[in-house]
Amino acid sequence: MWEDFKAQFILNFVDDGRWHYLANGLLVTLKLTFFSVLLGLVLGFCIAMIRNIHDNTGKLKIPNFLCNLYLTVIRGTPVVVQLMIIYFVIFGSVRIDKVLTAILAFGINSGAYQAEIFRSGIQSIPKGQMEAGRSLGFSYLQTMTRIIMPQAIKNVVPTLLNEVITLLKETSIAGYIALEDLTKGGDIIRSRTYSAFMPLIAVALIYLVMVRLLEFVAKKVERRLKKNEK
Amino acid sequence: MKKLITLITCAAMIMCLVGCGKSANGTAQAGVLVMATNAEFPPYEYHEGNAIVGIDAEIAAAIAEKMGCELKIEDIAFDAIIPEVTSGKADMGMAGMTVTEERMTNVDFSTTYAIARQVVIVAESSGITSLADLEGKTIGVQQGTTGDIYATDEFGDDHIERYAKGMEAVQALSQGKVDAVIIDNEPAKVFITENEGLIILDEAYADEEYAIAVKKGNTALLEQINKALEELKADGTLDAIVAKYISAE
Repeated sequence: MWEDFKAQFILNFVDDGRWHYLANGLLVTLKLTFFSVLLGLVLGFCIAMIRNIHDNTGKLKIPNFLCNLYLTVIRGTPVVVQLMIIYFVIFGSVRIDKVLTAILAFGINSGAYQAEIFRSGIQSIPKGQMEAGRSLGFSYLQTMTRIIMPQAIKNVVPTLLNEVITLLKETSIAGYIALEDLTKGGDIIRSRTYSAFMPLIAVALIYLVMVRLLEFVAKKVERRLKKNEK
Repeated sequence: MKKLITLITCAAMIMCLVGCGKSANGTAQAGVLVMATNAEFPPYEYHEGNAIVGIDAEIAAAIAEKMGCELKIEDIAFDAIIPEVTSGKADMGMAGMTVTEERMTNVDFSTTYAIARQVVIVAESSGITSLADLEGKTIGVQQGTTGDIYATDEFGDDHIERYAKGMEAVQALSQGKVDAVIIDNEPAKVFITENEGLIILDEAYADEEYAIAVKKGNTALLEQINKALEELKADGTLDAIVAKYISAE
């Protein structure tokens, strides 16, 4: 039993330096997650602001329409289809760095979800605060940046970190465009050794450890943000 | 009365369990031969309408007929075929699969039923005219195929892009994302007729033979398959099926 386990372990991870597939894959997965979250943050924040300004003041009709269209399309289609459309259709005839393609796809996808998270954060602040700010002579933007946003962001941080965790796991479809992320790394080992157990369990464990780390960070951040509430 | 009904039900269930158990001819389910394949590999196996057709599909149907079984084809990823066979979810794997030593440690192979070669597809305008020109280029392959394994050994991981389907590797080639695709000869011929501007290099990359994979130690099934193959070879059915899909050059 133990001998068998050892032999399988050596076959799947040690022979031919196969663990490199997992190590390099993990690096790609982390890169994808990090930059996609950043892109998503920027997109999400801008969209949430545009929609909020439109809701409150009736301005920015066209940008608001475009934002709604974006949200409908992105949230209405599977991310794996979006990824393949970006790789095989939008960048149909150019040789583009695959990591960049995937970051674009995942970032644009995550942006839609982050926009809704930001919007719900802004809406969680009572309307009275905006009215109070305005009546004290602040402009709309000033009230937003100085009074509403600091509170809203604090409210959405846990949800945002949750989105990061979701995104980390979602990048596992990057193999569809022949990008060698963690999942694909395990798949390549599987296609060489024909054993299912070791590569798949190893990949699953690595994701689990990553997610637990993120959860740990999320808890720390949450506690930190709550400090001044007492 | 109630007891009698319970008894009958129990008996029926036991009968059913026995019926679904391992059959005499080595298939997991009596009377059904489950074949795992990757139906993106014309002319060996591909989707046409609702059915999976091709050389492998027809040979498998002929084998199933000889065994008195019904053929059931499952379409899965190529690199999942051997695990599917070893785990017993499928009785045999038949997908233009070349016999290699590594594969033989995991499954048993039937006698070979077709000869194939790995060829290189390139864009006509690329200036690649021989295998020597491939050095340093990016090569697209189907993950887990012999093309993938040989090319990874020869050119190194950094120069290989592994797609789930051969079709996608060819698509990447025609979009200029890779410089060449190494794939089996017959599908390659289909791919270049469907994609303008692609050619097959005259120089073959490797020669190999296809066989059917069955679970290790399942000699009952293997013997039946080999026997059926032999009969099909002898009566000319095998050649007729191949000729139907591959026009002589």
